[in-house]
Amino acid sequence: MLEVENLSRPGLGPASFRVEAGECVAVRGPSGAGKSLLLRAIADLDPSSGRVMLDGVAREAISGPAWRRRVLYLAAESGWWGETVAEHFQDWAACAGSAERLYLPGDIGGAPVSRLSTGERQRLALLRAVERRPAVLLLDEPTAALDAAARDAVEALVGDLLAAGTAVLWVSHDEAQAARVASRRLVVEAGRVREVEGA
Amino acid sequence: MSGYIHLDYPDLAIAGLLVVANAALSIALQLGLARRIVVAAVRMVVQLSLVGLVLKVLFATVSPLWTGLAAMAMVLFAGQEILARQDRRFLGWWGYGLGTGSMLTAAGLVTVFGLTTQLRPDPWYHPQYAIPLLGMVLGNTMTGISLGLHTLTSGVVEQRAAIEARLALGDPVRAAMLPMVRKALKNAVMPIVNTMGTTGLVALPGMMTGQILGGVDPGEAVRYQILIMFLISGGTAAGAVAAVMGGVRRLTDPRGRLRLDRLGPKRGA
Repeated sequence: MLEVENLSRPGLGPASFRVEAGECVAVRGPSGAGKSLLLRAIADLDPSSGRVMLDGVAREAISGPAWRRRVLYLAAESGWWGETVAEHFQDWAACAGSAERLYLPGDIGGAPVSRLSTGERQRLALLRAVERRPAVLLLDEPTAALDAAARDAVEALVGDLLAAGTAVLWVSHDEAQAARVASRRLVVEAGRVREVEGA
Repeated sequence: MSGYIHLDYPDLAIAGLLVVANAALSIALQLGLARRIVVAAVRMVVQLSLVGLVLKVLFATVSPLWTGLAAMAMVLFAGQEILARQDRRFLGWWGYGLGTGSMLTAAGLVTVFGLTTQLRPDPWYHPQYAIPLLGMVLGNTMTGISLGLHTLTSGVVEQRAAIEARLALGDPVRAAMLPMVRKALKNAVMPIVNTMGTTGLVALPGMMTGQILGGVDPGEAVRYQILIMFLISGGTAAGAVAAVMGGVRRLTDPRGRLRLDRLGPKRGA
């Protein structure tokens, strides 16, 4: 599904790997090693060289925004541009059910973003990304600010997306989480990306 | 209304005593401003005297070449001033070129428009009309472009997470940058809009009062002032739109990415 060949950018060596539909690959490595740089380069948020293809189509063949709708990057601390939560969704009413599944209050759609906790923002940013129905989700520590119950709920939600055929790259500092959610793993160290066997 | 009252150097010297009094007050109150007050006052006197000499020569020659060179020098100085007012500058020649180019285009077009269609001096570039008109349009256009670019470049850095969140969701650059563009253009044109709204009530514009002091009929002076205000607001809006849109183009790329690597670091931080 997602093919990455010799992807490089300043601070990140050439990286080559594949992620199939319905597959979750964990991305591990120390802080500052280049994990976020890798995901941002795949999403074409920063200039990079090399080939990135989705279902055989090179990203250069389609516009940047169209690529990012299909290959969606979720930052560890995502930004907010409107006053209330619902303004950030295409159809908040359709997402309210998923919000409750992630232990978010049912009426959070009308809440001002400035009053949200870090954990609430993190779960809402995930829902906002999922709502766009990407083919590939690039998750940058999506449960870093969550308690165990919310973390499990996020993992279950992503599990459903995997079952439906979404490909996922998941940056996690938690070894146990990587083992739970992913079938393969990439390690990023000092900008070098390599695949580790036997996850 | 009749004539105009001639000023001699002793008249100026008497008025200058007020600046001396300011400096003395500063020394007495230990404000530490005396030196700056005196330096600023001396600069003002020297600069204005030089401008007076230059204008005398220009008016005597009525040369398109010298008038054009004087206008170009004004634009280049104003471009430097725009650059100096930016906390974060575009790297490379864009830093100076974007503000100066936008200002040259907007102020130049508006000034030529005013000279050729409303004022119609003979010849149309007569420095007695062209230089003061350009000066007034340029001063305001410069302020508008400075404010617009400053708001844009500092705003995109502050709002980076929000802008990139939208880009990452697949929104086009236009949608992601729209709030920033609105804010930058609003800040750019607000001073001239506010000035238009209060002119005549709170303040009498310098040019109009100058003409009245020079013996011109108030009705005539008011018509001149209205013309100038229209030209200034047109120049400011056009220059700010050109600079802000050019800035957005430079801060993004054809792949719809935010390119903050094209901005320099914050100065004086």
